[in-house]
Amino acid sequence: MVAGGQSASAPAIALSVRGLTVRLPDGMERRHAIEDISFDLPRGQILCVIGESGSGKSVTANTVMGLLPKVMQTSAGSITLEGREIVGIAPEELRRLRGQVVAMIFQDPLSALNPLMTVGAQIDETMAAHGIGTPGTRRERAIALLTEVGLPEPALMYHQYPFRLSGGQRQRVMIAMALALEPTVLIADEPTTALDVTTQAQILALIREIQRRKGMSVLFITHDFGVVAEIADSVVVMEKGHVVERGDAEKVLKSPDHPYTQRLIAAVPHLRAEDRPRAAGAGAPAKAEPVLRVRNLVKTYRSGSALFGTQRVVPAVQDVTFDVWPGRTLGIVGESGSGKSSLGRLLIRLMEVDSGEILFGDRDIAALSDAEFRGLRPKIQMIFQDPFASLNPRMTIGTILTVGPIAHGTRAARARDEAKALLDLVGLDARAFERYPHEFSGGQRQRIGIARALMFKPELLVADEAVSALDVSIQAQILELLDGIQRETGVAMIFITHDLRVASQICDEIAVMQKGRIVEFGRPSRIFFHPEADYTRELVAAIPGEHFGEQTRTAAETAARA
Amino acid sequence: MAAFLFSRLLQSAALLVIVSIIGFTVLNLMPGGPLSQYALDPGMTQADIARISEQLGLNRPLYVQYLDWAWGLLSGDWGTSFRDGSPVIQVIARHVPATLLLMGSSTVIAVAVGTWIGIRGATHRYSGFDYVATVGAMIALSIPTFWFGLIGIYVFSLRLDWLPAGNMYTIGDGSVLNYLHHLIMPSVVLALVHIAIWSRFMRGATLDAISQDFVKTARAKGLSERRVVMKHVVGNALLPMITLAGVQVPSLLTGALVTETVFTWPGMGRLFLDSLGYSDYPVVMGLLMFSALLTIVANLVADITVALVDPRIRLA
Repeated sequence: MVAGGQSASAPAIALSVRGLTVRLPDGMERRHAIEDISFDLPRGQILCVIGESGSGKSVTANTVMGLLPKVMQTSAGSITLEGREIVGIAPEELRRLRGQVVAMIFQDPLSALNPLMTVGAQIDETMAAHGIGTPGTRRERAIALLTEVGLPEPALMYHQYPFRLSGGQRQRVMIAMALALEPTVLIADEPTTALDVTTQAQILALIREIQRRKGMSVLFITHDFGVVAEIADSVVVMEKGHVVERGDAEKVLKSPDHPYTQRLIAAVPHLRAEDRPRAAGAGAPAKAEPVLRVRNLVKTYRSGSALFGTQRVVPAVQDVTFDVWPGRTLGIVGESGSGKSSLGRLLIRLMEVDSGEILFGDRDIAALSDAEFRGLRPKIQMIFQDPFASLNPRMTIGTILTVGPIAHGTRAARARDEAKALLDLVGLDARAFERYPHEFSGGQRQRIGIARALMFKPELLVADEAVSALDVSIQAQILELLDGIQRETGVAMIFITHDLRVASQICDEIAVMQKGRIVEFGRPSRIFFHPEADYTRELVAAIPGEHFGEQTRTAAETAARA
Repeated sequence: MAAFLFSRLLQSAALLVIVSIIGFTVLNLMPGGPLSQYALDPGMTQADIARISEQLGLNRPLYVQYLDWAWGLLSGDWGTSFRDGSPVIQVIARHVPATLLLMGSSTVIAVAVGTWIGIRGATHRYSGFDYVATVGAMIALSIPTFWFGLIGIYVFSLRLDWLPAGNMYTIGDGSVLNYLHHLIMPSVVLALVHIAIWSRFMRGATLDAISQDFVKTARAKGLSERRVVMKHVVGNALLPMITLAGVQVPSLLTGALVTETVFTWPGMGRLFLDSLGYSDYPVVMGLLMFSALLTIVANLVADITVALVDPRIRLA
């Protein structure tokens, strides 16, 4: 049942791409999605294609799979898969190769599985589409695959719907599905980006293990140099549709040649051994009082009906206590389901607390009515995760910035002046005032989001995954901006993130949350380099490529000096 | 599920009470009142009318009349028709099958044709077919149903003589074929606007589903394009359409009212207009309650169906 050649005559290069060019439809920001791309995927190796958003790395993967949207066309070049040219072959022939010779797994395992079909049916379908096996043998094979990717109780898993599975389990199902027909080439498009860091480590290990055992060739698309350091044999670096550097993984990571690669590697956040210098002295004189004192905060989600005995109780935040000081940043880190976002929503009263106190100055926010809290709202502001969804597309930037303060009684002319000054502060042109959100990039939009929050001259900023949706180079800039703003204004900040490396860049203290509780609290250097709680230790160990950290950083610095 | 059904039944009951109160009040606010037709009869004296009013209990305060009527409704007595004195339930039951037949066949046509147009429009977006379907839907939506009916009668009955211009069957010919022959034009005319609505929504739902990641997964597995569309795209696109089907029931009823009048179809719509003309309030109220019930049941069935089809939804 194995298709493709694992015979003696199999070529040493599993996948070869030469001069590949894909045109974009007219009117886009550039003419080609990718231009003149060439690389080789040697048999039995993992080749990482790395780049930021818009680099064309996903287009490259989709072109190999023949999955480009209709408006994009391969206009030049060749793709040789297992010794046969696949550019320009009949769609039906390409279809037969898909799943059989080359398989693909995707970024978001949440949406990559059909919600209406059981796991088993979706694996079965892969084999059935290529006319392989009988329903009985396919079922056996599917259960064997589920076992192989390390899913618990495979026979039960076979009948589960995807929504019942965790993110990591879904990605294992995707991998099982991709392995169904023993393809020789696996294309993985950011397969761990949407996963928690500990899950990411497990999935990376699984891909590595399967690849070695089966001698598969893997084309691995990623934006994360940490992941590259974990898994890659060789690397291709892409920028704006071009390959700017390629080579052995160790060589590219340690001594990158191209300035873009050097910049990228330098921008990768690492755990910092030294703590952030205190912002004290700069801006407002440091008050001896915390801005916010949270005491024994509790929030429990209830769903279903107590009456009919179907109630489910999920403790989201359990007995959480901490202080936030002016001019300083408290990091709240944890994986999905740890309660960190629930905590953030409680602090700005997007949700009612069950018990406990949130003391802002001497007033307990938790006990205020909505009307009473409205007066305090300007003092506690939020920076949101998704810069694309958090700005109203029908409003100009000027309106977005001024509508809040004007509603709270600021004169329009004054609000306008302040808005322009803030646009300048966050590094945007004052002309942005008249423009609409869609005219800005993700990083620029996040700057607008920050300016919007600052319009109220808040005493506390709550940033919920504020840089998670951004490319690393942009991420570094936004973190720098937040740092500068804090030094200038003395604003206190709560920085909620799943990314420990980012937290270590910006936070003065860190609270590690697990299952609604703070399991460890302390300064970043202590938390990350001498963790006490087992869970923190697990989190730190799972950070991809951290052992490369020191080497790559010194390498980047050497290169920068040269 | 039990909890869901329980709360939905409570909501539905409350809704029915509100509908009945509004209906009853508005109906009785109409000038003339139920006895206005007698007033036109030159043989009627004022005393006669007062006597009839007394007999029918129409001289009591409105809220007493309402409570009396509502109590009757609950105990299965929907009142008697002012027109011929037969029980309202029987009058309605006589007309319901014709309307359900018309609505049912229209729904089948609208769903089948609309779904097909919607899927094809989405999979061949911006093709000639898609543009024609879009313009066609706009035309069907903007021209009133009765006009389509009249044009249909003119072309297919008067000019071509292919289809009968009205009625449900030819007197003396009770064959199924004869029924079907009469059914074609009214059901197609009634379906037109629903094909337009259904195809637009189906196109949107299909486009939503097509851009989902799991469709890409399906292609990456090497499934044939046909299987990708039929199994993965359409399956997911139909989910929101089930809810739409429930919501469409009242507009089908309204459409039936017009269509039945144009084609002299002996259904609820005709009965409704006739009863209004005769100020036959008990029948009008009965029809109103029946329509409200039908709408509520249709939406409930739609919600339960969605929950049964979509494994992610557990009704609670």
